[in-house]
Amino acid sequence: MRYLIPVLILAGLVVLFAAGLKNDPREVPSPLIGKPAPAFNLKLLGEEGSYSNADLKGRPVLVNFFASWCEGCQVEHPVLLKLAKESNVEIIGMDYKDEPADATQWLARHGSPYRKVILDHEGTAGLDWGVYGVPETFVLNAEGVIVYKQIGPMTEAAWREKIAPLMAGAAK
Amino acid sequence: MIPELGHFALVLALGVALIQVFVPAYGVWKRDPRALAVATSAAQTQALLVFFAFGCLTWSFVYSDFSVAYVAANSNLELPMVYRVTAVWGAHEGSLLLWVAILGGWTLAVSIFNRRLPADITATALAVLGTVSVGFLLFMLLTSNPFDRLFPVPLDGKDLNPLLQDPGMVIHPPMLYMGYVGFSVAFAFAIAALVSGRLDSAWARWTRPWTTTAWLFMTLGITLGSWWAYHVLGWGGWWFWDPVENASFMPWLVGTALIHSLAVTEKRGLLKSWTVLLAILAFGLSLLGTFLVRSGVIVSVHAFASDPARGVFILGFLTIILGASFLLYAWRAPKLASEGEMTLFSREGLLLINNVFLVVASASVLLGTLYPLLVDALALGKISVGPPYFNAVFLPLFAPLVLMVGVAATVPWKRAKLSEIVRHLRMPLIIAIAAAIVVPLYIHGHAPVAVIAGGFLGFWAIVTAAQEIWRRMRAKTTLSAGLLGVPRGVWGMSLAHFGLGVWALGVTFVSSYSVEKDVRLSPGQSIDLSGYEFRFDGVEPHVGPNYDSDYGTVTIEHHGEVVATVHPEKRLYRATQQMMTEAAVDHTPLRDIYVALGEPLSEDASHTGDWALRLYYKPMMRLVWLGGAFMVLGGLLAATDRRYRLTRAAEANFAKNSAVV
Repeated sequence: MRYLIPVLILAGLVVLFAAGLKNDPREVPSPLIGKPAPAFNLKLLGEEGSYSNADLKGRPVLVNFFASWCEGCQVEHPVLLKLAKESNVEIIGMDYKDEPADATQWLARHGSPYRKVILDHEGTAGLDWGVYGVPETFVLNAEGVIVYKQIGPMTEAAWREKIAPLMAGAAK
Repeated sequence: MIPELGHFALVLALGVALIQVFVPAYGVWKRDPRALAVATSAAQTQALLVFFAFGCLTWSFVYSDFSVAYVAANSNLELPMVYRVTAVWGAHEGSLLLWVAILGGWTLAVSIFNRRLPADITATALAVLGTVSVGFLLFMLLTSNPFDRLFPVPLDGKDLNPLLQDPGMVIHPPMLYMGYVGFSVAFAFAIAALVSGRLDSAWARWTRPWTTTAWLFMTLGITLGSWWAYHVLGWGGWWFWDPVENASFMPWLVGTALIHSLAVTEKRGLLKSWTVLLAILAFGLSLLGTFLVRSGVIVSVHAFASDPARGVFILGFLTIILGASFLLYAWRAPKLASEGEMTLFSREGLLLINNVFLVVASASVLLGTLYPLLVDALALGKISVGPPYFNAVFLPLFAPLVLMVGVAATVPWKRAKLSEIVRHLRMPLIIAIAAAIVVPLYIHGHAPVAVIAGGFLGFWAIVTAAQEIWRRMRAKTTLSAGLLGVPRGVWGMSLAHFGLGVWALGVTFVSSYSVEKDVRLSPGQSIDLSGYEFRFDGVEPHVGPNYDSDYGTVTIEHHGEVVATVHPEKRLYRATQQMMTEAAVDHTPLRDIYVALGEPLSEDASHTGDWALRLYYKPMMRLVWLGGAFMVLGGLLAATDRRYRLTRAAEANFAKNSAVV
């Protein structure tokens, strides 16, 4: 019987992977698209006060989930810096499951593209927003409705081809 | 025309691979020697066809044939020649072709060096390798053909991902693939052993050098990958617990376990079914790594070309190969009786414990890598597992392993006396403890407990490895006779363990004593970090072959003398408009100085203004990779031990067993 253990473990893994493929985050659009941003009310990094989903309304914004421990965030960071500088788009950082001190140091080191950085220390907002893994970036229109979700690092191409047109539309 | 020839060669290779699977299988079933003999010629033909296809794709890159979609997506007229050649494996389709070509190379090697083996074992092993090849060729031809044409033909290509335009990337993937694919040989022999029911010490002796060779390439690949990440990702880290790194680390851990359990199986005839299981697992994890990287089920920066249709194919293939292997294992392994008794306090006992630790370590990496997927599948939400999990889990598993490394080499086979072991290890223990306290105090003036503990582990592995060599040498009269008298296998083992110690020292010092500083400097200004004076000499515009860069100059002085002038860069690749940070590193064996260029801080962003710079002082950073290099060298010596070449006894043994069957 114990010689059957490997094949049983394999069967379990295969079921898991099959489910994982079906749940593929790149294929299935976020169920939140077209819906208002999930509610949250969290503290800010490096300043007093808190920030809630209501504060996201009134103009199109990018909400970028990142963390100092995340390698993909390192990759997309120059792109975000460039966007913040050149396109004048408002990027809100959501510091996901991270220590404030680490995030402060990380941002000091790499520069900050963010107008505000929200502390999602417990990852609760990430859970509500359906964050699969950092980095992820949500595009919100002026009504605070999610219109697009970028999974994985932000790229110049994604910005040019997908997000910039949406932002232009969202500003109206 | 050339791309069509390449495509055609792949189709032919698929046909030949099918022959390589079915004709020898028929031969084994019917005991037909003519059918068995087909295995060798089919394997060699298939390998040559795949090499030819690989050559065709390389030709298309060298001559910038942008009518090939893959070339257009990954090359550019401005791309330097060396990167045009390496761009062949710069993305999904080409790296699959590299995978298959390397499998062809290993298959070819098995078909050439198989003379001493009974024909049915060789034929079964080659048929298994052929099955793997069929799967990957089908995968390539059905979902990811590198020779697909593109129309209209673009005037210029999109360029290779700038992250991959680095010398480390030139050799890292082929070495890693040599390792991944190399485990297929041990796997094929494990299946052959299960099919034939013959698994003896001759089998283990035959499998050992193949496994060690695959392992040494994998070690080299991982070490180079770590070095590449350190240079290119630009933030001073050398291991990130990224899913793709984990995908290579898991088979490495199991492969390491396999090397050790093969030793037990060869020397003592024990752990037979366990060894076979490890051989299947090591290759299974290699396939799993391919699946994780290629399917996009797990988000990773490395997963550059992910496509669920491809994921389904690899998952199906993985299920068939591993499912069949594990079922065969469940059916046949119970008959592989061990030949002797096993006591825990003996070399084989300690090696078994070593195996348990390595496999548990591998399982915990697997769990951490798959946990987000599991949580997602169970609809519990979406989560990521970061380095905190891996560091917390890994340290307690690794520390006892390093401790055992020192003990196991001293403990004899079969049965050990505690008093004798204590007498042997008294001196190394004292030396290691003393060195762990004195060395950090001498270099840095203070020694936290973590450094003493880590340093002890490192010195312990180093001293006990050296003692093993010395113990064997001192029996001889002269130094040269002593050095030559030590068998290569022992040199290999000791060097690899020595490398483990060196690596542990490097990790300990780097993680405890690294200093980093983010500074704003105007040209001409200096700043001090750990006794080194950094003078920023400004930034100049620089035009590279396919990028424009800001080319910084920083002069580093120590005690008033210039030790280095380094040039950190920020490159903007023209075709992709991607920014890349090229950190500059000045290194000696005892320390690295790492300078990365940040952002221009002046409003006008001119080259004369202030810049943000990131400076690191990293003591003993080189030791991390030097440790890897020692392990590779150890693997090389162990794999070429002459007793693997002079195996008359093994031949006789095999012949005898074959006669019985």
